[in-house]
Amino acid sequence: MQQWLTEIAPWLAQNDIFTPATLAQYWQGLVNTVQLVFISLLVGVVLAVPLAIARGSRWPWLKWPIWFYTYIFRGTPLLIQLYLAYYGFAFIPGIQETWLWFFIDDPTYPALLAFTLNTAAYTTEIFRGAIKATPRGEIEAARAYGMSKVLAYRRIILPSAFRRALPAYGNEVIFMLHASAIASVVTIMDLTGAAYYVYARFYSPFPAFIFVALVYMALSFGIQGIFRQLEKRMLRHLRSGS
Amino acid sequence: MADQPIPLVINDLHKRFGDNPVLKGLSLEAHQGDVISLIGASGSGKSTFLRCMNLLERPDAGEILVHGEQIRFRQLRNGRVPADWKQVERIRAKLSMVFQNFNLWAHLTLLQNVTEAPIHVLGVPRREARERGMALLERVGLAERADYFPAQLSGGQQQRGAIARALAMEPEVMLFDEPTSALDPELVGGVLRVMRELAEEGRTMIVVTHEMDFARDVSNQVMFLHQGRVEEAGKPQDVLNQPSSERLKQFLAPNF
Repeated sequence: MQQWLTEIAPWLAQNDIFTPATLAQYWQGLVNTVQLVFISLLVGVVLAVPLAIARGSRWPWLKWPIWFYTYIFRGTPLLIQLYLAYYGFAFIPGIQETWLWFFIDDPTYPALLAFTLNTAAYTTEIFRGAIKATPRGEIEAARAYGMSKVLAYRRIILPSAFRRALPAYGNEVIFMLHASAIASVVTIMDLTGAAYYVYARFYSPFPAFIFVALVYMALSFGIQGIFRQLEKRMLRHLRSGS
Repeated sequence: MADQPIPLVINDLHKRFGDNPVLKGLSLEAHQGDVISLIGASGSGKSTFLRCMNLLERPDAGEILVHGEQIRFRQLRNGRVPADWKQVERIRAKLSMVFQNFNLWAHLTLLQNVTEAPIHVLGVPRREARERGMALLERVGLAERADYFPAQLSGGQQQRGAIARALAMEPEVMLFDEPTSALDPELVGGVLRVMRELAEEGRTMIVVTHEMDFARDVSNQVMFLHQGRVEEAGKPQDVLNQPSSERLKQFLAPNF
């Protein structure tokens, strides 16, 4: 251990890439990435719950538009969705004169829009599957005991479905974190953007990108750990035996 | 007694699945303390009849009165639907059902299963519901399993828990849909014992069953259904010991 430290000490001393300035750049990138992903996921979930319920509705005019939406957003690359949100809107004639321009001019908002709609589409389908997998007998019991449809959803169907959806949703969170790297192509200084900046400045791809890869990896492990704890608590009821 | 409303009255109930009529005019009157066993071969319509009573299946024609209150229907082009779902929900809360496959809510503990509907449907205060729930679990011999999830219990324990859940509603009538059919033979006894106790304390019960001993010893009325009609009905000792119809004789004969 000591030996190892003394060996890398000189390297650290003469390294001119990981200076306070570049580390600050990475830190800002981390903050931007976490904000972008967190807000998209949060709004995505809030949208996905009613969409997932409506997606299973008997009314075709409610069901099919939602199917179409999830089909489009899951069937096309996120990068294209991001390009359309960022470059596309800007070309709508006259939009530069409206208040909307404030949001389109700044790449953060189009990126948030694309990411949110994308994760909402995936999350809708994850929840839809989990709701559909609710045992029929449990819904029947809820109705037989005098619960209204709304109450049955609130007390029985959704709590049971959210638990079932947890493992798949954990994957979606990690997928979203990794996918957010493309925010850098529309000039957002996220983690990847910071890494690209450091690479371009020092022409040293390996330190710049491997470092950022390690940061993503640490975040992923953190998320996995959180979901593992959640599953342990919330999926207790599925393990038989006492 | 005469001016007391009858817990459950069914008049001339009809039900068809597509072109297939499954109930062809069934009537039933369950007075306070009656235990009525519905027996018959599979396909005779006995479970469908039971499920029509709390509208898990929608009858096409006929009347249902619970404690004197008639369920109102509205005629549509393609059939009849309840006129007022609020009324249906209120009436369902008076008719607790015990299912063949228990249908306990898997994500809730046993005690939560028992307190769920009293708290959220009947509006019983949480603490009171818990106390009553524990007492009921005690009754069915599951007090020490209160914090277990259904998947951690045997079938017999789950079914006794489901009976506790039904009792927690303080129902007007209890509906049992083949409560022992999904159980291993050695677990049937415990469930039947609980049901026998309920009958003895004067609960009004309608039981779809294959347990002829239960029908004979516990119920005060037996209805034998065949192809959606009542083939024979009456006191169990008459119906089961001196069957008059050929079909009931065949049904009761031991199969080897």
